[in-house]
Amino acid sequence: MGKTYQAGVKEYRETYWEPDYEPKESDLLAVFKITPQPGVPREEAAAAVAAESSTGTWTTVWTDLLTDLDYYKGRAYAIEDVPGDDEAFYAFIAYPMGLFEEGSVVNVMTSIVGNVFGFKAVRGLRLEDIRFPLWFVTTNPGPPHGIQVERDKLDKYGRPLLGCTIKPKLGLSAKNYGRACYEGLRGGLDFTKDDENVNSQPFMRWRDRFLFVQEACEKAEAETGERKGHYLNVTAPTVEEMYKRAEFAKEIGARIIMSDYLTLGWAAHTSLSKWCRDNGILLHVHRAMHGVIDRNPAHGINFRVLTKMLRLMGGDHLHSGTVVGKLEGDRAATLGWIDIMRDKYIKEDRSRGIFFDQDWGQMPGVLPVASGGIHVWHMPALVSIFGDDSCLQFGGGTLGHPWGNAAGAAANRVAVEACVQARNEGRELEKEGKDILTKAAKHSPELKMAMETWKEIKFEFDTVDKLDVAHK
Amino acid sequence: MSEVQDYKSRLSDPTSRKMGTFSYLPEMDADQIRKQVQYIVDQGWNPAIEHTEPQYAASHYWYMWKLPMFGETDVDRILEEIELCKKANPGNHVRLVGYDNYKQTQGANMVIYKAPLEGEVLERMEAAAAVHAYDLVHK
Repeated sequence: MGKTYQAGVKEYRETYWEPDYEPKESDLLAVFKITPQPGVPREEAAAAVAAESSTGTWTTVWTDLLTDLDYYKGRAYAIEDVPGDDEAFYAFIAYPMGLFEEGSVVNVMTSIVGNVFGFKAVRGLRLEDIRFPLWFVTTNPGPPHGIQVERDKLDKYGRPLLGCTIKPKLGLSAKNYGRACYEGLRGGLDFTKDDENVNSQPFMRWRDRFLFVQEACEKAEAETGERKGHYLNVTAPTVEEMYKRAEFAKEIGARIIMSDYLTLGWAAHTSLSKWCRDNGILLHVHRAMHGVIDRNPAHGINFRVLTKMLRLMGGDHLHSGTVVGKLEGDRAATLGWIDIMRDKYIKEDRSRGIFFDQDWGQMPGVLPVASGGIHVWHMPALVSIFGDDSCLQFGGGTLGHPWGNAAGAAANRVAVEACVQARNEGRELEKEGKDILTKAAKHSPELKMAMETWKEIKFEFDTVDKLDVAHK
Repeated sequence: MSEVQDYKSRLSDPTSRKMGTFSYLPEMDADQIRKQVQYIVDQGWNPAIEHTEPQYAASHYWYMWKLPMFGETDVDRILEEIELCKKANPGNHVRLVGYDNYKQTQGANMVIYKAPLEGEVLERMEAAAAVHAYDLVHK
């Protein structure tokens, strides 16, 4: 027996609020932090978000009756208080699998953070977390190589990898830039890195940079006997140009290239990631622009969601924040999303901002990259927080060494190895860090100098985007 | 501020070559090696020993000394096997590996004995460095 058609505006909650609904394994689950307009009841606001991010529109239309709307609708199934916030609340929404194109993060995000974010009934809206069902995970390419394959290719085990972003990030000639890379690599770094906005400017065109930097890598490899890489940023104004640069990197034997996945665009990034797997080249991923999206606690998308998206679309490295450096990062939240990058299965853990269990199946992990405002004195904390499966990047903390990049690199390499050795011996890094570094510096004048140079530097601004915790 | 110091590393000098984790630290003494073996055992990893002629150290594959010691948790037994490997392969570098079969990787990999670079070995390494330097110039 069909339904009858009644034109007009209905309350969203009549259709999209189902507190008795039991989410299915195949559902995509999302939790939004909603700040409603004054006077709008929570259930109505939650239902409105569910409707506007799935099938709904503002009025009933006759074509609703040509489909099984009950199947396709998103359902708000739970509401919770936000600790420490009287206005906002969490709304949990379940979306049926049929709403989404297989293997398309682009399609998922267009739906659930699409028009709804400009919706008048809510004053603020933030996507805090998504549970991607396993069926969806397996339809995505995932990291081109993953952490284990990267370690095997580079022959580096049992310690964090070390990198360095070349500074000044803009304005060096290609040959001088290659010099800065060579010095860092011969001093003991595993990687040097293009910065996010190093593309192909007039002062240094991409092709010249690629060639000089490749020579820097090859000479440092021959000199140290270790494998080296430089993240050649192939972010470009067009997809054709991006591929042209990636192909050239492959032709000259580069081990790793780089993308700015948010500004490059998700579809282009996903194509590049698949290209990287096909061509055996590692992919480093920078998150420039994330602060626009993830920093406001009341509106936008939490970085843990951007992290999950990137793991699905593919990348071997992703910047995670350092916890201890100059950039934003709440410790517990950062620990949460570095697990999301690396682990096979992550359990719900509200103390780290993780709202859902997430099963990655057999999808490889992404190596978290800690970069920004860190130096040797941070090393014990970084090794303790990030563990071995990470890439620690010291830009100023390498290049700012009074004796130059090679000495700066050697100081960091000695420090990271001393910390790993001490940890393996059962020592507590964060408590005994000073002693561990001081002892190591006895055998390394470079480290001793670095410790004298950076001793006093601290970054102690308060974090803007903190986990929601009660303050009363 | 002190004088700027030169960084002593040369393509032509084989002693500039490094070999992965801990190769920027002083060589470990017996007690330090024991602690690293203990760490591998405590992680539940499978210890393994590998060795190579110094001039081939950059290869992914060193020679396995017998098979990885699956399930071995006796630190003394593992240390003894390291000694046997050293004795049977004089002049070779020796490294200790901890295979993490759950993560399908090596959780630990460290050179625990560096053979002295001298005589014929040194000559071969210097010759290889010279060829590489030529390649860099002529590519």
